[in-house]
Amino acid sequence: MSQATFRIWRSKPGGENGGFIDYTTEISEGMVVLDAVHKIQAEQAQDLACRWNCKAGKCGSCSAEINGTPRLMCMSRLNSLDLTQPVTVEPMRTFPAIKDLVTDVSWNFRVKKGLKKFAPRKPDAPDGTWRMAQKDVDRVQEFRKCIECFLCQDVCHVLRDHEKHDAFIGPRFLTYTAALEMHPLDTADRLPDLKNQNGIGYCNITKCCTKVCPEHIHITDNAIIPLKERVVDRFYDPVMRLLRVFQG
Amino acid sequence: MQVIPVTAVRRGFGTTSRRDTWWAAPLAVFVGLSAFVVYATWAAFQGAHYTYGPYLSPFYSPEIFGDSPHAWFGPKPAAWPALLPFSPALLILPFPGLFRFTCYYYRGAYYKSFWADPPSCAVGEPRKSYWGEHSFPLILQNAHRFFMWVALVFIALLAYDVWLAMWFPDPATGGTVFGIGIGTLILGVNVVLLACYTWGCHVLRHLVGGRRDDQSQCGMAYACVSGLNGRHQLFAWCSLFSVMSSDLYVRLCSMGILTDLRLF
Ligand code: SF4
Ligand code: SF4
Ligand code: FES
Ligand code: FES
Repeated sequence: MSQATFRIWRSKPGGENGGFIDYTTEISEGMVVLDAVHKIQAEQAQDLACRWNCKAGKCGSCSAEINGTPRLMCMSRLNSLDLTQPVTVEPMRTFPAIKDLVTDVSWNFRVKKGLKKFAPRKPDAPDGTWRMAQKDVDRVQEFRKCIECFLCQDVCHVLRDHEKHDAFIGPRFLTYTAALEMHPLDTADRLPDLKNQNGIGYCNITKCCTKVCPEHIHITDNAIIPLKERVVDRFYDPVMRLLRVFQG
Repeated sequence: MQVIPVTAVRRGFGTTSRRDTWWAAPLAVFVGLSAFVVYATWAAFQGAHYTYGPYLSPFYSPEIFGDSPHAWFGPKPAAWPALLPFSPALLILPFPGLFRFTCYYYRGAYYKSFWADPPSCAVGEPRKSYWGEHSFPLILQNAHRFFMWVALVFIALLAYDVWLAMWFPDPATGGTVFGIGIGTLILGVNVVLLACYTWGCHVLRHLVGGRRDDQSQCGMAYACVSGLNGRHQLFAWCSLFSVMSSDLYVRLCSMGILTDLRLF
């Protein structure tokens, strides 16, 4: 067995500001960062708080920043990290800290509540069901892989550095909106919201969200830019406006 | 267990816990784009050595006014103000230039490399204020769609140049004869790369099907454009490099530094 050192962020009781503490622990083949954190919790720091659930990259609970990069702790294998130096493990920096590695991500749930819900057209068949081509829903399937880990929200500089939480819903909810807006059955119109209160214009397509998404959703290319183009069609393109006048 | 000093939450220019070479990619973009802009500006102001035999440098095509046989309407108009610098490239380069400047890929890349917004992912920024593309001036980037139309026309014109680059002057008859030179191949590869870049544009993807929710009604076009779009970054760089190399090749041949080989 070999050893590795983990430089873990610990908050002070009751306060947000904490500091890093180094823990050295035995590691074995196949371990992920979450295993190491659990081992440290069991052997050296029983009061170390971390959130987790599935250990399979599917519940989206164990989001953290490992060596400065937003990642899922349960999907970060130790053999992919440089263990000659301490591995830093910090909570997501975009959200308020609760304790140690646990952050308060409830802002995300509040944002979601404010978004227009799925509004399907009238059922196609008398039994209340719909018919649609597989090809039509293929595009939105990608967005439905989201596990709401909020790593994309964490890394997005509009939230992280510019704290535009009131004006911008972040990549997770632009993806969510894309899943509804591009759904073949949906009838709601989300473009005015996207332009105004959802602040799609704040995204400067620098693609950090896409880089960190553990589900490999092409957030920027497949969700945000296509939505931006729809917003341009509606609000900024004089030619399209003219065409709409003629089409009535 | 060792306690190390308390650090406040990381904010401020360049602060990050990242240990990898996060600055390498933005730096490479900075160097690559700067080199291109410097070379293209220099080449555009030269106004000479842009043709060689049947070849025309892509920086100078279409040559609307100019002294070479490729010019559509003959030499520079007499009414051209003497104080204004003239070169056939200056008349047309703003269009592909603005097409690239407003391209979604390049925007994301130069916001990082030239404006540090952000310098790299999860790395602190130098400025607090931020408007993004939400308001003036960057909201004007939405004009990308108009430049795309011009860029599509340019692909057709450059493809025609490749056709012309297959007809070499024949001293025996005084006419032209079919042939392929290294220059023809370079111009050919260039137009293919430019087409792969332009046809993978997000605006085109929106236009050919992205704007609709019923993808099953859009035919193959959406799938094709999406395929190219997935490699948009790759083609953005390859075509940038090829357009620069094509100009350099024609220039060096015309200056007598390189000899163009005729394959047949
Ligand atoms: S691409 Fe847009 S949404 Fe994604 S991280 Fe960058 S600014 Fe945020
Ligand atoms: S889009 Fe990806 S990164 Fe963002 S919350 Fe969903 S799974 Fe996580
Ligand atoms: S524990 Fe569920 S995603 Fe990591
Ligand atoms: S998005 Fe890059 S060329 Fe249009």
